[in-house]
Amino acid sequence: MIDTDVLIVGAGPTGLFCAHQLGIIGLKCEIVDNLDKLGGQCIELYPDKPIYDIPAIPECTGEELTNNLIEQIKPFKFKSHLSDRVQEIKKEKERWTVKTSKGKEFLTTSIIIAGGVGSFEPRKFPTKNCEKFEGKSVLYSIKDKTIFKDKSVVIFGGGDSALDWAIELSKTSKVTLVHRRDEFRGAPASVEKLKELQKEKKLDVLTKFSIKDVKGNETLESIDIKGDDGETKSIKADYVLGFFGLIMQLGPILDWGLNIDKKLIPVNTENFETNKKGIFAIGDICFYPGKLKLILSGFHEGALAARGCFKYSRPNEKYKLEFTTTSKSVKERLGVKE
Amino acid sequence: MAKIKYIEHSGKQHEINVANGLSVMEGAIQNDIPGIDADCGGGMACATCHVYVKEDWFNKLSAKSEGEDDMLDQAYEPSPSSRLSCQITVSDELDGLVVHLPEKQV
Repeated sequence: MIDTDVLIVGAGPTGLFCAHQLGIIGLKCEIVDNLDKLGGQCIELYPDKPIYDIPAIPECTGEELTNNLIEQIKPFKFKSHLSDRVQEIKKEKERWTVKTSKGKEFLTTSIIIAGGVGSFEPRKFPTKNCEKFEGKSVLYSIKDKTIFKDKSVVIFGGGDSALDWAIELSKTSKVTLVHRRDEFRGAPASVEKLKELQKEKKLDVLTKFSIKDVKGNETLESIDIKGDDGETKSIKADYVLGFFGLIMQLGPILDWGLNIDKKLIPVNTENFETNKKGIFAIGDICFYPGKLKLILSGFHEGALAARGCFKYSRPNEKYKLEFTTTSKSVKERLGVKE
Repeated sequence: MAKIKYIEHSGKQHEINVANGLSVMEGAIQNDIPGIDADCGGGMACATCHVYVKEDWFNKLSAKSEGEDDMLDQAYEPSPSSRLSCQITVSDELDGLVVHLPEKQV
């Protein structure tokens, strides 16, 4: 069990800067994010796109912003828990226990949800029947590639994940790659390699097709695909892999008993606390009159939520505003030598 | 200004006047039309403003932006008539445009 003052859910710019503010006022925090890296949407959706409305930074990319924020919180040595997702929470006396999908447990005084539009999860097949086989023969990621040896594998998608796995698995499995259009967005070298393998009949490629249905009783037997022109084909399949990129979903947070309105969590604007005592929400996920979905608003919200957490972690202390330019204790926390 | 008809998956129709220069996505968001999420705010960094445009109108729209199809690969049930509504800029020529919204965006 990891004991902390604050658990931050979401490592986007808002979550990262909030961690900075917690560090400045001397609270401990831990950060959990479903992605395998820090930065949230900035790093996953638009690492190369320039942002022009960060105060005092005329222009920077999503990646630069993320790297600077990581640099800024370095002095506090906060731990982040990546590729993991908060699952369930329970109130224990005046504190919260939080379990993650990987089985980690936290005991925390406050929780700050900085979850953006939700956590990134793989987009799944729209076909209802796929659910029956999900995790067994319908997969959205690969943990152990040896299970596919000598099997028929149908891979869907046109990006790097789909291409890389089609190429890799074609060495040991019968691979069919299905994509909804003729062009592939994967790296040009992979597209070349794919065409080569197709010519050598090492794998099949079917374009302008999408999934229609999956068939099988206990185990998956075959899948039906439909073409743009209405043609239907049936392919024998032991495994179906879908690589359609990531979508954002609110996930288990929905079950925490928070007020939620149109995928947003209403908060007060004094400390960004939700309807649950000790649970705060900041950034794109929170809502209040006048809310702007801007990174700069997230920074402000994080600063105030941090002070809200201070009240719970240090109930007998009065919070005093200290400036980083002058405060000796703040400088100590930052590791700045005078 | 163009009158644009947004048809929800349920069949419910919304006819809205959208100012030139806005995107079809912005027209929907500013008028609270359900069915277009636009999570990334128009940066062509997600696929949650996905719409279907029938052939007669599809061919009148400006060509897809570079990378638009790459994002559409990640949409819910994309088809050859799919577009990202953030990439369709409204002009007088689009008066009468009809877009169909998918069953869901995510």
